[in-house]
Amino acid sequence: MSYAALGAGLAVIGAGIGIGQIGGKAMDAIARQPEAVGDIRANMILTAALVEGAALVCMVLAFFVRAAG
Amino acid sequence: MTAFRKFWIILIISAFGAASAAAQTGHENHPREQAGEAAHPAGEAQERPGAAAHPAEGHGPCGHSVSVEPEFNAGDNAVHHIADANALHIVGDVYLHLPCILYAPGHGWTLTTTAAFHAHHHGNGTKSKDGYVLVHGNVMRLKNPALARGEFDVSDYAHQEVDANGKVKTVYNALINGNCEPLDAKTTFDGGIMGGGITSFYDFSITRNVFTMLLTALILFLLFRAAANAATRREHQAPKGLQNFLEPFVIFIRDEVAKPNIGPKYERYLPYLLSAFFFILGLNLIGQIPFFPGSANVTGNISVTIVLAVLTFLISTFSANKHFWEHTLWMPGVPAPLKILILTPIEVLGLFLKPFTLLLRLFANITAGHIVILSFVSLIFIFGDAGKSVGGSAAGAAASIPLTLFMMTLELLVAFLQAFIFTMLSAVYIGTAIEEPHHH
Repeated sequence: MSYAALGAGLAVIGAGIGIGQIGGKAMDAIARQPEAVGDIRANMILTAALVEGAALVCMVLAFFVRAAG
Repeated sequence: MTAFRKFWIILIISAFGAASAAAQTGHENHPREQAGEAAHPAGEAQERPGAAAHPAEGHGPCGHSVSVEPEFNAGDNAVHHIADANALHIVGDVYLHLPCILYAPGHGWTLTTTAAFHAHHHGNGTKSKDGYVLVHGNVMRLKNPALARGEFDVSDYAHQEVDANGKVKTVYNALINGNCEPLDAKTTFDGGIMGGGITSFYDFSITRNVFTMLLTALILFLLFRAAANAATRREHQAPKGLQNFLEPFVIFIRDEVAKPNIGPKYERYLPYLLSAFFFILGLNLIGQIPFFPGSANVTGNISVTIVLAVLTFLISTFSANKHFWEHTLWMPGVPAPLKILILTPIEVLGLFLKPFTLLLRLFANITAGHIVILSFVSLIFIFGDAGKSVGGSAAGAAASIPLTLFMMTLELLVAFLQAFIFTMLSAVYIGTAIEEPHHH
């Protein structure tokens, strides 16, 4: 169970770095081109959702490892 | 104006205080629990029998009574509250009785309602009906074939941890005429992630999740029929009222989600996208309500999100054109060994991974939010030592109310965001499937 929790935590590190990059770059882009804020926001959410997907797969795997005992 | 605002702040705080006090007394004045604790000294109540070899010394032949909680476990409490159940609990011992449609091979169909089980506190039934009992609001089946017909009085339920092939499993027992009758687990199609699994019977009942889904569908139907009537009646006029409230959402999904991602053929897929968006949004919002019409965690149930993702998968796969399949299975312009070894396997895997992440994202986001809220509410019971210390629970309430309020606000955002992301990604997947080839 503790290994599963460790794995879930490591997955969150990766997803956190990824989503942080997306958010930071989106802020940069909005600062440079405030008129493109709508497009940037939509793509930011989409990309963040895709990165999140990888973290969620890890989370569910951790859940299964825990359930399997 | 400021006096008015102060009045509201005081009203909200006192309402929360009253709610936590009510939860406290509800926990304290539980007669079975106190009777159980009197029977078993407090020291013994904390030990857990590990394996079947030691069948619960000092806890009766069946293990722990379900009414006696040896220690407050926030994790178990949270999972119990977000899981689906057959009985819809309103307040105290009042339940909204829902139909039960049960089938067991070799036994046939059983049609009844949860009223037949005479549920009392904690959703535990006091009667068995045709071999079925109600434990913690869930229908379970008695293993003993002698009890498979007719009604029997159930005095109590108990659970114990047994060692099955190296895995510790919780087994439930019912006490009937002083005998210990083992129970089969409830059925769920999620393979036991939220407890249960496929057992000796199939449960097609209108559970509280199904009830909430039907309720949400009805509410959406009434709202949108009224808005659609208003739109046809008041054509070429500015929208007002309900239509004015709903139209921006519809226009948003059409102009920001469907058109840019699907392309010129967006109108074919707009009904599905709008239905998915409003259905998920409605379920997310109704799941936020902590009492009667809400209280069911529908989009946080993996079976529901599986069906939604399978719908997107079917629609995008069956509307995919030749161009899409060519680029998935035999990417042009890439050397053949590379295609066979790497590209095609990855693309085929991606075909199934896309709906898989779609279902997991919705499920995990809603479930995680609900677990966090329930953990914050559990602070009241943890600080209050499960109803023994009033001062501790007041401190717990003081910590838990702002945290819960904050989390609820965040979940309101997540409710909209997840409905939007599901619709958006569905549109993207459909868009990639029907994209026309570029000539370059």
